[in-house]
Amino acid sequence: MDALTWTGSFGSTLIPALAIAVGFFLAGIILQLIMTTFATEVKLQSNADGTLKARSGPLGQLEKLNSQIFLLILLLLAAIIVVSWFMPYGKAGILGEISKRFLPVWTALIVTFVFSIMFKRKLGLYGKLFDSTVGMIGYALVMFWVFTAIFVGLFDMIATHDPLQQVSGLKIKEPGTAVPDGQDAEFFPHYLLGGDNLARDIFSRVVHGSIIVMIIAPLATVFAFMLGITLGLPAGYYGGKLDTILSFVANLILAFPVILLFFLLVTPELIDLGVPNYMAAVLFIFPLVFFAVLINSRYYTQPSKNTLHLALILLPLIYVYAAGISEQDTVLYFLPASFDAFTLPREILVVFVSVVFVNSPTVFRIVRGLALDIKTRDYVAAAQTRGERPWYIMLWEILPNARGPLIVDFCLRIGYTTILLGTLGFFGLGLASESPDWGSTINAGRKLLLFATHLALPPAIALLSLVLGLNLLADGLREESLKD
Amino acid sequence: MGLFILRRFGIMILTALCLTFIVFWLTNLYPKLEVLAKTQGNFRMSDEAVTTFLDNRGYTQALPIKYGQWLGVLPGYVIEGSDGETRARCELRGPPSDINPPLSRYCGIIQGNWGFSTVAKVEVSDVLPTRLANTGKLMFWVMLVMIPGALTIGVLAGMREGSKMDRSLSTVSIVSTATPEYVSGVILIALFATPLFGMQFFKGSAASAVDDANFNNFFLPVITIALYGMGYIARMTRASMTEVMTAQFVRTARLKGVSFRNIVMKHALRNALIAPFTVIMLQVPWLLNGVVIVETLFTYQGFGWELVRAASNNDIEMLLGISVISVFVVLMTQLISDIGYVFLNPRIRIS
Repeated sequence: MDALTWTGSFGSTLIPALAIAVGFFLAGIILQLIMTTFATEVKLQSNADGTLKARSGPLGQLEKLNSQIFLLILLLLAAIIVVSWFMPYGKAGILGEISKRFLPVWTALIVTFVFSIMFKRKLGLYGKLFDSTVGMIGYALVMFWVFTAIFVGLFDMIATHDPLQQVSGLKIKEPGTAVPDGQDAEFFPHYLLGGDNLARDIFSRVVHGSIIVMIIAPLATVFAFMLGITLGLPAGYYGGKLDTILSFVANLILAFPVILLFFLLVTPELIDLGVPNYMAAVLFIFPLVFFAVLINSRYYTQPSKNTLHLALILLPLIYVYAAGISEQDTVLYFLPASFDAFTLPREILVVFVSVVFVNSPTVFRIVRGLALDIKTRDYVAAAQTRGERPWYIMLWEILPNARGPLIVDFCLRIGYTTILLGTLGFFGLGLASESPDWGSTINAGRKLLLFATHLALPPAIALLSLVLGLNLLADGLREESLKD
Repeated sequence: MGLFILRRFGIMILTALCLTFIVFWLTNLYPKLEVLAKTQGNFRMSDEAVTTFLDNRGYTQALPIKYGQWLGVLPGYVIEGSDGETRARCELRGPPSDINPPLSRYCGIIQGNWGFSTVAKVEVSDVLPTRLANTGKLMFWVMLVMIPGALTIGVLAGMREGSKMDRSLSTVSIVSTATPEYVSGVILIALFATPLFGMQFFKGSAASAVDDANFNNFFLPVITIALYGMGYIARMTRASMTEVMTAQFVRTARLKGVSFRNIVMKHALRNALIAPFTVIMLQVPWLLNGVVIVETLFTYQGFGWELVRAASNNDIEMLLGISVISVFVVLMTQLISDIGYVFLNPRIRIS
């Protein structure tokens, strides 16, 4: 097998066309910016039937032209993906082969977008997201990685090799290097993004890394939110001593430089002492408390319903909690092994706990601020006059009315958690060094960065695109939720 | 005002004490001390040997007592070891001088004794100032690039809310906040320090910048830190600018026929720059993170580089010194931002 080139037979046609189109598009944007500072602004005007008039003048023309170029770019990208699918193996170059590997992801993305746009008026805030271009781009980037994680993790589809498999002779090899002969017949014949310092396939490692991020980052953010909400609501609502103490503790954690905290928490000695297990036992109890209070405050007056709902929600949660924190060979080991449904690997647990720990004070401060603001509203006063109990007011009056900013912050915070996970990996803390997560891969690649850039660049770009997607998504959501 | 500063100061000291105690506790856990004993003595020590080694050097005292000694509020230990040698905490490692009378009873951080680095085999107070000076140099250039850049972007974007300029610049700042230092650093090195794209303008390592910083070896680390902070400050400036541009006095000025340029320069700008001041101050702790990452990535021997070295080798007293300084920096910036906000904004008075 020959080595692959980057663009294959597209090199002479579609790729240059794409490059020219992108160049024109960027030039158009810059030209528009320059023109807006000189030209008089053309206000949007509406026709008699309520539709908008097209903007006139050179600026309007340019705007129109640029949006057409943008469509052309999208069309060219689609063409590259579609055409490469029909090309025989090896003809489409590295980019074409990669886009072929991602085919299930493309399909899933298209299906999601088509259905979401079809029913967007019935889907509430989620549907409104499809009114903003920025939000759609962000959503596409996020869903790209979500689908990648699903297809790699559950169906073993996209990756070309095993992320830990080493093939001799492919150590630090350029992207597109062919796997030497004499391997298995059904072996994928190329390392699409080259080999790393231990001769493993970088492309497969990057797509496998998405699974770790996609499991830990949203889950850790959910836990941080449960903790922040359960403590932040009473701190804001009651105020007084409780607020002073909780705020002091939150500020204490926030004043710690994050990296110093990570270096102190994520050490083998501390893991052996079981500190992460104790922390997990404390931190993981907050979702239980949250749901218990949530249901109890709602159905307090209907005891039979209350017990039923509490039992239905809490019993499974308590089991998951017990199974989650009880681990063999650690300080907290109380469930019999046959009853312990799942075990969290130690290194994942410590990373998870420290990320939740670092994130929750910020969530606490946000929720506390929102509660302070909302408790002065009339509907809260009305509920108080009705004689509702404090926890009912907090969870069923204040919290639903704070959901807008909280949803936006949730998206941003997943992105921030991804950055934190990357930071942990970058310093080689927590996850095992052979783990394919993006931070550890960047860490392995950065030491050779000046000699071989292709080791660290793919995970770096993957992490960037996911975090960027989450930020754009949050921005789109904020814009659309403010329009109400 | 005086009472306010006094109260803030009290809370600050309490926070500093809590934080240093946590660091002290986490670095003095027994398994960590065991590792320390083995690296100091020899690796094949028996458990008893480890215990006597630690006993003789005062490591096995109760935690609050050790913390008090380190802080300098309790007299340092004097232990007659099982090997016959008498060791004291306040024992001088260098020749005695007029400033350090031999065997003073108290020798903690309050008395100016920062301790001894077990990894570098030097006094912590000898190493940290040079490291801090290196980081100070880095931060100076970062601030010089970041603040004007961020304020310009923010003001230009907030000038006309919803315009093309606003939307493009806001997207640029979102991209910059979404790029952590270890990603932008890797991408910038790949672009500008390797022959990959034929743009090898800078050096990928800043090791030589410690003595001789020039554009060639210092530009990439500076721009890497500045980029991440820039987006956030720019967004805050934009928010503050759009708020000011819709204020009553700006409308009045516009109705009086003041030109747009004059409205922005003379009326809006001054009022819009109050909020970013607080944000810039509160950004300093985040910059501290960036400094650690960038100094590791570019092997620049500053404060962050020392933190990584001390933490990965459990260099207890060095680590404690580093956390004292970083906690101090964080708390001071919070205090300055609070006080500065009150001074800059006459509408806020603290009762």
